Amino acid sequence: MRKSLFARNPSVLIFLTCLALFTLGVTVLSEAFGTDMISTSFVKTLGKTLCLCLIALAMDLVWGYTGILSLGHFAFFGLGGYMIGMWLMYERTRDIIVTSMANNPIPPTDSEVVAAIGNQIFGVVGSSDFPLIWGFSHSLTLQLILVVAVPGLLALIFGWLAFRSRVTGVYLSILTQAMTLALALYLFQNDSGLRGNNGLSGLQNLPGLDDVPQSVVSIWFLWASALALGLGYIFAAWVVSGKFGSVLRGIRDDEARVRFLGYSVEGYKLFIFTVTAIISAIAGALYYPQAGIINPAEIAPIASIYLAVWVAIGGRGRLYGAVIGAAFVSLVSTWFTGGQVPSIPLGFYTIDWVDWWQVVLGLSFVLVTLFAPKGIGGLFDLISGRTSPNRHGQDLGPGAGSLQEQEAES
Amino acid sequence: MSTLLEVSGVSVSFDGFKAINNLSFQIGNAEMRAIIGPNGAGKTTFMDIVTGKTRPNEGRVIWGEKSVSLLKMSEAQIARAGVGRKFQRPTVFEDQSVFDNLLMALKKQRGPLSVLLYRKSEEDTAKVQELAAEIGLVDQLPRKSGELSHGQKQWLEIGMLLAQDPRLLLVDEPAAGMTPEEREHTTSILVEAAKTRAVVVVEHDMEFVRRLNCKVTVLHEGSVLAEGSLDHVTSNQDVIDVYLGR
Repeated sequence: MRKSLFARNPSVLIFLTCLALFTLGVTVLSEAFGTDMISTSFVKTLGKTLCLCLIALAMDLVWGYTGILSLGHFAFFGLGGYMIGMWLMYERTRDIIVTSMANNPIPPTDSEVVAAIGNQIFGVVGSSDFPLIWGFSHSLTLQLILVVAVPGLLALIFGWLAFRSRVTGVYLSILTQAMTLALALYLFQNDSGLRGNNGLSGLQNLPGLDDVPQSVVSIWFLWASALALGLGYIFAAWVVSGKFGSVLRGIRDDEARVRFLGYSVEGYKLFIFTVTAIISAIAGALYYPQAGIINPAEIAPIASIYLAVWVAIGGRGRLYGAVIGAAFVSLVSTWFTGGQVPSIPLGFYTIDWVDWWQVVLGLSFVLVTLFAPKGIGGLFDLISGRTSPNRHGQDLGPGAGSLQEQEAES
Repeated sequence: MSTLLEVSGVSVSFDGFKAINNLSFQIGNAEMRAIIGPNGAGKTTFMDIVTGKTRPNEGRVIWGEKSVSLLKMSEAQIARAGVGRKFQRPTVFEDQSVFDNLLMALKKQRGPLSVLLYRKSEEDTAKVQELAAEIGLVDQLPRKSGELSHGQKQWLEIGMLLAQDPRLLLVDEPAAGMTPEEREHTTSILVEAAKTRAVVVVEHDMEFVRRLNCKVTVLHEGSVLAEGSLDHVTSNQDVIDVYLGR
């Protein structure tokens, strides 16, 4: 009998249970449920954290398992957010325009409505015409397809060019970072068609659901994010558990050897790069309606570097490690930068955590890399006693080599 | 006997240094061949050319009944066409179990999608077990291959090579770091393999080559110096000069 995915990976079931309990707990304690123990804004923070966990999962697939240190996945995350944001903003503006024009003596024509929407949305960048890229923004279905299609296509083209010329290692990281920077700089321009540095705003309001309070909407998004994270986790576990996972880890450890086994390394890299870009985009499409606003600064390369830091601190090469890292670091980060941590007066200098948090984060990244390369996830190895023998990097020679180190030394 | 691989007039130079100089070589369908030669004779570069890692500046590499050129194919395509290679240093995937290493090498569809949807069958498990028995690693199957000894890694790599079921095996110093008994076993595996496929062994150790009991090609400065039985080439004056110095 073949064992199911869950039987082979007990951590998947444990993770899903924790996620379900967490979601249930937050729901019960939320304002929407009536208990009012957790504020709506904190529910949103938790929902956003789940989305960050999802993109960390994608990063772990591409970096932790395949060894491609991509510093561009937040670009896909942001693009996903922009795609859903376009519909949210268009529909909501349309609702407002239609309501305000309803009192006009002459009912407005469709083209008048569209012109008014354009004026409303693009007035801030000194324009009133809809750019070409907003062509589908009236349709939720089409924009949802674009959430997947635009980042997926970008990743496919970029990945094809990069992997085909066998760019690897730090050069690939630089290349992905350049892509992210170029995209951010492009979006910063007013004539990029996405409102320049103003970005898209008011995304927390769902069109047509004005009478639903934000406390309820926030719970909906929490559920949606939890569902996406759960499905993403199952998908990722499925991808890495079988032979495909073996090949991915093989590519990470010795790319040339995998090639000599007859696997087209480029095809595999392109596949995983594109799939993770799509996962990132879905995470972004769930994140920004909870954040309420998206602007090009979100896509800046620093965001993708943070992503790598989360995964490294959580423990790369294991899925729950990435999730724990993203949740832990981003929540602690929110806590420190939210100004809720009391400053430490030293007399001559006051340590203000809003400024010093970055230093603490950087320092802990260095310390984790040096002293605990397995990250937080490595703690689970200590519990289960799954540690590898310490051979100080040496092979044992022939003959005695079939013995374990302990046996050989005794 | 039909020719499986034909290398003719191949030259390659790195920064002006001619690593391979007008080399010609051919091997039949079920033949064992040993390649010997001093350091820098171009043995490894020869393997790099056949497996597609290095592109020659000139010459032809023709493969199989259909006489396709290997020069236009990528490493992965050449490997899928049936050329298997074992490296000098054992390169196995240390982070993965012996079983997974062998399963990955097993001859199957190699495309991303078919690998993603791949389900391990009883038959494949049995095949892996059988290979593990042949290389004496049955007890080690669930262990991570990084925990194996040097000799065991050599075994594992030979096992992976056999799992690929190639038509041509290129084996670079298979007996390095092995005990005499292990060498004996390696010899018998290679001799057995050469009954059904072509095997090219690069080796320094004359004693090992003698035990393979096959035709020998001596390389020197990137071209063939002598070819024939071991006794024939060791009595060749040129070979003596090259090996023992003038």
